[in-house]
Amino acid sequence: MTNPLARSEAEDFLFKEAALLDAWRLEEWANLFTADGEYLIPATDAPDGAPGTSLYLVYDDRHRLGERAKRLLKKTAHAEQPRSRTRHMSSNVMVAEAEGAVMPVFCNFVVFRSRMEKTDIYPGHAEYRLVRGSDGLRIRSKKAILDIDVLRPQGKVSIIL
Amino acid sequence: MTALEHPSGSLAGLIIDDRQAARFKVNRHVFAEEDILALERERIFSRCWLYLGHVSEVPAAGSFVARRVGGRPLILTRDRDGALNALYNTCPHRGALVCRERAGNRRAFQCGYHAWAFDETGRFLGMPGREALPPNAGDGGQFDLVRVERMEEFRGFVFVCFDRGAQPLVDYLAGAAEYLAYVADQGENGMEIVEGTQDYSIAANWKLLQENSVDGYHGQPTHVTYFDYLRSRDGTTTNFGGSGPMGWVKNLGNGHAVSESIGLLPWGRPYARWAPGWGEEAKPEVEELNRRIMARLGPERGNVVANGDRNLIVFPNLVVNDIMATTVRTFYPVRPDYMEVSAWSLAPVGESVPSRDRRMRNFVEFLGPAGFASPDDVEMLELCQRGYANRAAAPWNDISRGMLSNAPKKTDELQMRTFWRRWRQLVTGDSSLELAGP
Repeated sequence: MTNPLARSEAEDFLFKEAALLDAWRLEEWANLFTADGEYLIPATDAPDGAPGTSLYLVYDDRHRLGERAKRLLKKTAHAEQPRSRTRHMSSNVMVAEAEGAVMPVFCNFVVFRSRMEKTDIYPGHAEYRLVRGSDGLRIRSKKAILDIDVLRPQGKVSIIL
Repeated sequence: MTALEHPSGSLAGLIIDDRQAARFKVNRHVFAEEDILALERERIFSRCWLYLGHVSEVPAAGSFVARRVGGRPLILTRDRDGALNALYNTCPHRGALVCRERAGNRRAFQCGYHAWAFDETGRFLGMPGREALPPNAGDGGQFDLVRVERMEEFRGFVFVCFDRGAQPLVDYLAGAAEYLAYVADQGENGMEIVEGTQDYSIAANWKLLQENSVDGYHGQPTHVTYFDYLRSRDGTTTNFGGSGPMGWVKNLGNGHAVSESIGLLPWGRPYARWAPGWGEEAKPEVEELNRRIMARLGPERGNVVANGDRNLIVFPNLVVNDIMATTVRTFYPVRPDYMEVSAWSLAPVGESVPSRDRRMRNFVEFLGPAGFASPDDVEMLELCQRGYANRAAAPWNDISRGMLSNAPKKTDELQMRTFWRRWRQLVTGDSSLELAGP
């Protein structure tokens, strides 16, 4: 089996994505996605459900994820004003066999988020579908699956995972 | 300080309802103190009808869901005769939960501790070493799971009440029944809860969420980024100012209220009002769904069902937002300053794949813990709760908007006063206190 994507390259890409998010460079984050890109978070009690038939927490097409990024940068996005400090950790990266141009990458993640004297932890695993564009890797889809029963005590996912 | 020793003199004094001066105030004590929560548990959550679930969640014999309602772990089952059962999820032997899954299908529940077993109606099936107890030890159902005192259904919505003497559900619902019926009427073949729950929490008093759910006044300032987004995508604008023709609010009796408009809001309704954000390709199907509703229900009712938007609060803790999608949301105070929230998406049975997809996209665009709007609501509620630490110096919330109006608008506060008047009546036990009012 040959794979067009080495794990080290996938890791570099995921680490770059995490750094953009932690630096609140959210529009640059949105630009990592292809024109048909998607960003998804399933409900905590239905992690295997499909987005069109199961209630998700996030079901963003490319336009909406771009708007999500723009919204969060506004002073009137109250839930993130003042902004959270976040730290995105990606590990256990595995590159699966390519499906045509699409290269599946799986990883575990933990995101720490601190704001207003409270720190929340978001543990989970993510499924990426990456493609190679003329200017490097791009995300066709990112599904962040939270490994928690219920969204408590975190309460919300107003940051990007 | 207990409520009864409060400077205002009495529990009833925690609310000022001065109709002459058009002044309605709620003392912040009610959001922050354990003594109030203890009274609410006794006088509200132990006596009112509370939403348990929807019939679609238990579709077949043996189907069950297990969840907490009013702080109590319950199981809703459908038995082999097709009947619904609401059972306390606790073993009669030592009390352990007999059901640990959230949902599934089974004909028996077995306690993990000493292996007592029960059928789906709660009837005792057996235990190891039965001979060590007297033959009559289980008489009168002593070995059975305890049934919830009352359970009734209205148009698919299943409620329980822990007060055996409570009035029938439909009487309790009063004018809210009509609005639940509008929601239920969307589907020609009934409605169903979609897979997936938004289970989250808010570090604020539960009553703030009930207020927020019908508060039109906060729409523009709190959700400006959401309306910016709709404008950038669809070119739509919304006037949430006091002068816009933004619909109306109604007291539905018994503390229930609705905030409603027909055809005015900028988003699309899957059943069925098209909006530009869905694209021209969606228009024929949405218009056809609209025509079918009109044909089935007649133009008048059809217009309300298909083109109307409503935010319904059912006292004490059920919200049905029938807006860009339909959400069923309930919540319970674990502490005065912390509630647990569960929300589901309600949808027509047999909805087409593209329509269901539009619905699910629409739902999470605005609603839920990662939507473009709900997190900002949560933030505001949590900021209120933090502010109540100053309640000794700054004791009163003002809820007086529209008290002089004969035609209260969504941006007025009649809907919250409706809630509070019922709250005051139940918490004080003084049924002479008026529920009606401006």
